[in-house]
Amino acid sequence: MFPRPSATGPALLTTEQLTVRFGQQPVLETINLVLRPGRIVTLIGPNGSGKSTLVKALIGAIKPSAGRIIRSPDLRVGYVPQRLHLDPTFPMTVRRFINLPKRHASHEIGEALEQAGAEHLLNAAMNHLSGGQLQRVLLARALLSRPSLLLLDEATQGLDHRGVAEFYQRIEQIRQRSRCAILMVSHDLHVVMRTADHVICLNGHICCEGQPERVASSPQYQALFGDQTASTLAFYRHQHAGHHDEETFRHAG
Amino acid sequence: MLDDFMWRAALAGLGVGLAAAPLGCFVVWRRMAYFGDATAHAAILGVALALLWNISIFAGVIGIALLMAFCVSTLSGKGYAMDTLLGVMAHSALAIGLVAVSFVSGVRIDLHAYLFGDILAVGKSDLAIIWSGAVLVIGLMLWRWQALLTATLNEELAHASHINPRREQLVLTVALAIVVAVALKVVGALLIAALLIIPAATARPFSRTPEQMALLAALVAMAATTGGLGAAYTFDTPTGPTIVSLAAVFFVISALASQGWQRLTRQR
Repeated sequence: MFPRPSATGPALLTTEQLTVRFGQQPVLETINLVLRPGRIVTLIGPNGSGKSTLVKALIGAIKPSAGRIIRSPDLRVGYVPQRLHLDPTFPMTVRRFINLPKRHASHEIGEALEQAGAEHLLNAAMNHLSGGQLQRVLLARALLSRPSLLLLDEATQGLDHRGVAEFYQRIEQIRQRSRCAILMVSHDLHVVMRTADHVICLNGHICCEGQPERVASSPQYQALFGDQTASTLAFYRHQHAGHHDEETFRHAG
Repeated sequence: MLDDFMWRAALAGLGVGLAAAPLGCFVVWRRMAYFGDATAHAAILGVALALLWNISIFAGVIGIALLMAFCVSTLSGKGYAMDTLLGVMAHSALAIGLVAVSFVSGVRIDLHAYLFGDILAVGKSDLAIIWSGAVLVIGLMLWRWQALLTATLNEELAHASHINPRREQLVLTVALAIVVAVALKVVGALLIAALLIIPAATARPFSRTPEQMALLAALVAMAATTGGLGAAYTFDTPTGPTIVSLAAVFFVISALASQGWQRLTRQR
């Protein structure tokens, strides 16, 4: 593998005691997190644990009820939403879509589509794309803003195992090429354990966090994810025992 | 040229069509059809208040249309379903407007003209207001175009690109109020929403990008207003309904043509 980027680099985005309430209902409580260049941080947690709310707060779509978000001056966010519902009355080609809201030069577009594995989709209509194709187009659009932080909200939802594996491989390549910080929300526990530098286990508050192997063996994590943990842990150890990563990875996924 | 009422009517129709069509596309994309209806129906209340307070009808209509739009956006998300809320607002505004008009004494007003339009009575000052409004709306659309499209696609994508979807919604609301005010004379309060929606729906099957759809919708709307005007003059029918009927004919042709085209390409 390659060397992990340092955990003490300059912070791109920091949250301090970030709290979000919907009415009286607390959704996120006192979240402290730091995102640094080149590091992949993964958010895991059960449904309704506030993962998407946290991402929405980070992009500014939800105002914090308390606490604050400190953004570095060179923060440029590339955001890949969980899903994109396109009204059938809204005509949109991939070319047009990735030029929103800013128009880009065609060589930049070509490069971003290639990085996202969507180069053949440039002239396709958005509402004819499959789930996987749409995901790659969304990623290409996010890359076009030359992000220093890439935010991926359950970007692999609806992909098959092979698609998920390819997607994470692509993210890994993007990280190595652009050194951007990456925050992923994920359900794919197996893959999370393999790709993340830092895992945050969320359930309204941060119940545990740290390096993947430490989170996987923590009692809080096991309480939250129950019987899934045993196989994840076994898988993780298996991963680290062998070095023919890609093959094991695909079969296990 | 402007001394001829037919020329004035034709220019009024072109101006309204040009302004209504691109905005109508957003009304269709964002599923705001009822919203457009509610705002347009409120225009009658605006007319009544303008007459009561002796202010310009355009000012009264724009004011009430904006008020209506803000009421709807404030009340939405407070426990009412959007379509219920808009149904209540659209019909109440129309009914209250009609009641209010009956209180206006002294002046004899032709209610019919406000409900169904009276394009043949467009004067030079009306024409100036219609085209100022149209230029304003088109300018607003062009200025905010990229941001409006992004906010229409997905609110979170907009936020992440530092676009505030609420501000873009406000731009559309203001544009809608202006279009209602300038279209009142041409098609009347009851049929303004038709002029927003039908050209956009007609253009949809033949468009691959938002820009194509907006341009095509503008052409359809301008053809409907001028063609409808000619037809109304020839057959001595009410102008507003004739314009909307012609737009409906265009829509049917578009729907049939796109169905036929799909069948043809599938067989190959």
